[in-house]
Amino acid sequence: MRYFGDVAALARKDLRLELRARDTLPAMLLFVLSTLVVFHFALPTGADEVAAQGLLWVALVFTALLGLARAWAPERDGGALEGLVLAPSDRSAIWLGKSAAVFVFLGLIELVALPAFALFFSPLQAEGVAGALLANVGICAVGTLLAAMAAASRTRELILPLLFLPLAIPLVVGGVGASVSTEPGRYLLFLGLYDAVFAILCWASFEYVVSE
Amino acid sequence: MLAALSAALVGLAIVLSFWVAPEDADQGISQKIFYFHVPIALTAYACFGWGAWKALRLLWKGGDRHDLESYVAIHQGTIFGALTLATGSIWAKASWGHWWVWDSNQLVLFLVLFLFYSAYFMLRFSIEEGPRRANVSAVYALFGVALIPVSFFAIRLAEDFIHPTTFTRDGPQMTGTMFLAFCVSWVAITLVAYTLYRVELLGKRLDGNLRELREALS
Repeated sequence: MRYFGDVAALARKDLRLELRARDTLPAMLLFVLSTLVVFHFALPTGADEVAAQGLLWVALVFTALLGLARAWAPERDGGALEGLVLAPSDRSAIWLGKSAAVFVFLGLIELVALPAFALFFSPLQAEGVAGALLANVGICAVGTLLAAMAAASRTRELILPLLFLPLAIPLVVGGVGASVSTEPGRYLLFLGLYDAVFAILCWASFEYVVSE
Repeated sequence: MLAALSAALVGLAIVLSFWVAPEDADQGISQKIFYFHVPIALTAYACFGWGAWKALRLLWKGGDRHDLESYVAIHQGTIFGALTLATGSIWAKASWGHWWVWDSNQLVLFLVLFLFYSAYFMLRFSIEEGPRRANVSAVYALFGVALIPVSFFAIRLAEDFIHPTTFTRDGPQMTGTMFLAFCVSWVAITLVAYTLYRVELLGKRLDGNLRELREALS
């Protein structure tokens, strides 16, 4: 089980770095809360509760983008990515470890954002929360790989939203559907399908993104 | 020769669509655009698929030619994708009175794919030329092809009752001559796409050779 040992070590490293530096998480937190407040002013009076649920997903996707833009910063700034790639372990473990860390960050943010949303707008159903968790998996899996691609490019943070948003659209469809539809089961199943397909794809192809 | 054949087939397709096939009962003459819109859309998908196949070959076997072939295929696919959106928009205006309807999930999700592949070019040209760029582009192309069925399921999931479903499980909802016109049109458009693909590939290869020669001489 050395593979999972490697993954755990990498994830632990990222969590520890964040615990010490405390730069990304507070920024994401403040960003999501500010966004929710902006949405209050963006929604006209008499707007649907349903519209607000949709906007929650916008907030979550953009907050995730904020976090993902910084995801590979420690490796890039310290030149550590080459070292990790050369290490005698499966390169997909790098992706899995980083995704796991980003998942934890996003989960912590949602722990605050979802109750805040319930406070500002309307309470979320259990299916909505389940949808958020499933979508998180997709966001982290795909986002981490795309962030690695963006790190390889000249334009870095500029290109990550362009790469991420088209792939995030099915997640938003699934998430909003789970929150507002009368048949949330189908949307949750769809989110599960997305997660499965893209997690496998990311796992298999990460090696090619970081190596020559 | 390929170009001549493509031109001839497109001509045939136009004749068949406008003069031979009967008018649609509900939509009248505006339905004729379907003979071009759907084949263009299918060809765009085929181009993306071919690009992804070449990308897979690149990652699997390696070699510069697969990278170039993948890129050119995706380039063609994006062009045909833009055409799909344009023709779909014209059809929407003719059928439903609006240039764009968000309710039409198929058009919307094609827009998503178009955005995805536009980002492909931004990604590709922001990385220095070399094996890294080839690898990253290839992985992204594979993601695109995975996005297609996922988006398809998202269509089926979100209730869609505006975009006419021409191919259901019972087979094509068209009469004989309409189906013939459709098939001819499909072959014609596919041939046009293939011709353009070959032309662009040749052009890019010549560019590459010329650059190498210049570097060798200087």
